[in-house]
Amino acid sequence: MIKFLKRFYLGIVLVFLYVPILVLIVQSFNAGKSRAKWEGFSLRWYVELFQDERILNALYVTLSIAVLAMIVSTILGTLAAIGIHAMRKRPQALMMTLTNLPNTMPDIVTGISLMLLFIFTKVDRGYLTMLLAHITFDTPYVILSVLPKLKQMNKHCYEAALDLGATPMYALFHVTIPQCKQGIITGAMLAFTLSLDDFTISYFTTSPLVQNLSTLIYSSARKGIDPSLNALSALMFIALLILLLIVNRRTASAD
Amino acid sequence: MRYDMSLPWWSWALMGAGLVAFVIMIAASIRRNSGVKRSLFAAPYSLWMILFTIVPVVLIGYYAFTDASGAFTLDNFRNFWDSNYESNKVILDVMGEAGADYITRGTVNVDTLVYSLWMAFLCTVICLLLGYPAALFMADRNMKLGSSLVVLFIIPMWMNFLLRTIAWMSLLEDSGLINTFLRWLGFDGVQLMYNSQAVLLGMVYNFLPFMVFPIYTVLSKMDYRLSEAAADLGCNSFKTLYKVTLPLSIPGVVSGITMVFMPSVTTFFIPRVLGGGNTMMFGDLIESKFLTEGNWNVGSALSLIMMVLILISLSILRKADPNNDGGGIA
Repeated sequence: MIKFLKRFYLGIVLVFLYVPILVLIVQSFNAGKSRAKWEGFSLRWYVELFQDERILNALYVTLSIAVLAMIVSTILGTLAAIGIHAMRKRPQALMMTLTNLPNTMPDIVTGISLMLLFIFTKVDRGYLTMLLAHITFDTPYVILSVLPKLKQMNKHCYEAALDLGATPMYALFHVTIPQCKQGIITGAMLAFTLSLDDFTISYFTTSPLVQNLSTLIYSSARKGIDPSLNALSALMFIALLILLLIVNRRTASAD
Repeated sequence: MRYDMSLPWWSWALMGAGLVAFVIMIAASIRRNSGVKRSLFAAPYSLWMILFTIVPVVLIGYYAFTDASGAFTLDNFRNFWDSNYESNKVILDVMGEAGADYITRGTVNVDTLVYSLWMAFLCTVICLLLGYPAALFMADRNMKLGSSLVVLFIIPMWMNFLLRTIAWMSLLEDSGLINTFLRWLGFDGVQLMYNSQAVLLGMVYNFLPFMVFPIYTVLSKMDYRLSEAAADLGCNSFKTLYKVTLPLSIPGVVSGITMVFMPSVTTFFIPRVLGGGNTMMFGDLIESKFLTEGNWNVGSALSLIMMVLILISLSILRKADPNNDGGGIA
C-alpha cells in the first residue's frame, strides 16, 4: 500500500512536469492558430516550419553554437582539469574558486557583465560574441565533471607509463585521457544541453539580427507564439528522445 | 556617444604580451624536459576566465561606482535605496529648505528586491517539500526504480524552457484548458494568470528538477545498510528518516537549495509571461535598467547588490555543508 502511494506520488510529480509538454505537442497538430481551441488535426505547422526562414535560421544558430561551444569548452575544460589536478594546493584552490565563480553568479549578471565587456571593447554583438559567452559558461561545467574522474584515477598509472618509456604526450593520450573519458563525455553532453537551452546569457550577448531559438521565442512571446515553433520543439524533443533510447540500448548491450 | 570608451592601446599591448609570454613559457618547458609542465595545461583556461569572467565583473563594479561621466560616486546605491533620488535632488536644489515637504522616498527598488527574495524563498520551500519525497522514493531500493526514472526527470529540460513556460499560459489563461474544464463542469471561471501564484507555479515548475537531482544523487550514494541498522536497533521508519537519512542528505539539500534559490531570485522571463505586468522581480528590474532605460550605472549597482546578497546567502548555506560534497546535476 505504501509502495503504491510512493509510486502514485512520483506519478503526480511527473504529470506536473509533462503536462505543458503534452499541451505543446498537441497544439502543434492543431489546424488553427488559437492556443485554446481545437480546430482539427493538421500537419500545417510542420509544413510551414520548413518554409520559415527566421525559424530555420534560429535553429541553425542554436545548433551550430551548441556544437562549437561544446567542442571548444570540452578541449579547454579537459586541459584545464588536467592542469588544475597537477597543481599544488594553493593555486589549485584559487583555480577552483575561479571555476565555481560562474556557478555562483546569476545568469543575468553573467550576461550583463559580458555585454558590458563587448560594448566596452567595441566588439559588435552577434554570432561570435554569443559563441564566446557560451564557451565561457560551458567550460566550468566540463572541468567540474572531468576533475572527479582525475581524482579517482590511480596517479601511479601515469608515472608507470613514463617509467616504461612513454613520452608525457603519449602518456596523456593513452593513459590519462582514456581513464577520464566518462567524465569528458558527461561534461560535453552537459555543455551541449546548457548551450541549447540557454536564454538569459544569449539574450544579452547577441544583437536582434542574430537570434537563437530562445531569443526568437522571447521576442515573439508577446505577439503570440508561432505554432511552427511548437512543431519544431516537438520534433527536437522526439529526436532527443530517440537518441536517448539508442544510447540506452547500446550501453545496455555493452554491459 | 555617452559610453564611448574604447579599449586603450596599452591594454591590447598588455594582452598581446601576455599571449607571447605564455607561448614562450610553453616552448621553454617543452625544450627543458621534453614535455609541457602539467599545470600549464590550465593556462589557456586561466586566460579565458580572466578575460571573460574577471574583467566583466570588474566592469560591473566600475559602472556601479561611477556616474555617466566616469567620476566616482555613490549615487547609484542611493538610487537603489531611494528611486526618486535624482528628482528629489533637483527639488531640493531649486526650492531649498522648503522642498523638503515635497520629497518622498521612492521604494520601488527595495520593494522589488524584498518581493523577489520572498518569492524565491517560497519557491525554494515548495520545491524542497515536493522534491525531497520524490528524491527519497526514487532512491528507495525497495522500489526498484533505478536510473530510468531519473531520465524521466531530465527529459522535460530538453524542451526549451520558454516554450514550456508559455505552454502553462494555454493551461491557465481565461480561455485556457483549466477554465474551460471548470466551466464545462458548471463552475465559474477563475483568474489564474497574471498574479503572484501563477509566477510561483512557473518557478516551481522550472526549478523542481534542480532540487530533485542533487538530493537523489546523495541519497542513492548513501550506504543503505545504515538505515537497515537503524531499523534493527529499534527505530521506526519515521525515526530512521529523521535521525539517519535526513542528516546524511544535507549536502544534497544544500546544493538543491542553491540551485533553486539563485535562478529564482533573478528570473525575468517567468514573471513577464505568467505575471503580465503585475509582478516585477529583481531580474526584471535590472534588465529594464540596462535595456529599456539605458541607465548602466544604476543597473550595475543593482547587479552588484544582488551578487553580494547571493554570495552572502551561499556562504551561510555552505556552513551547513563544509566539505561541499553535494551532488550536482551530472
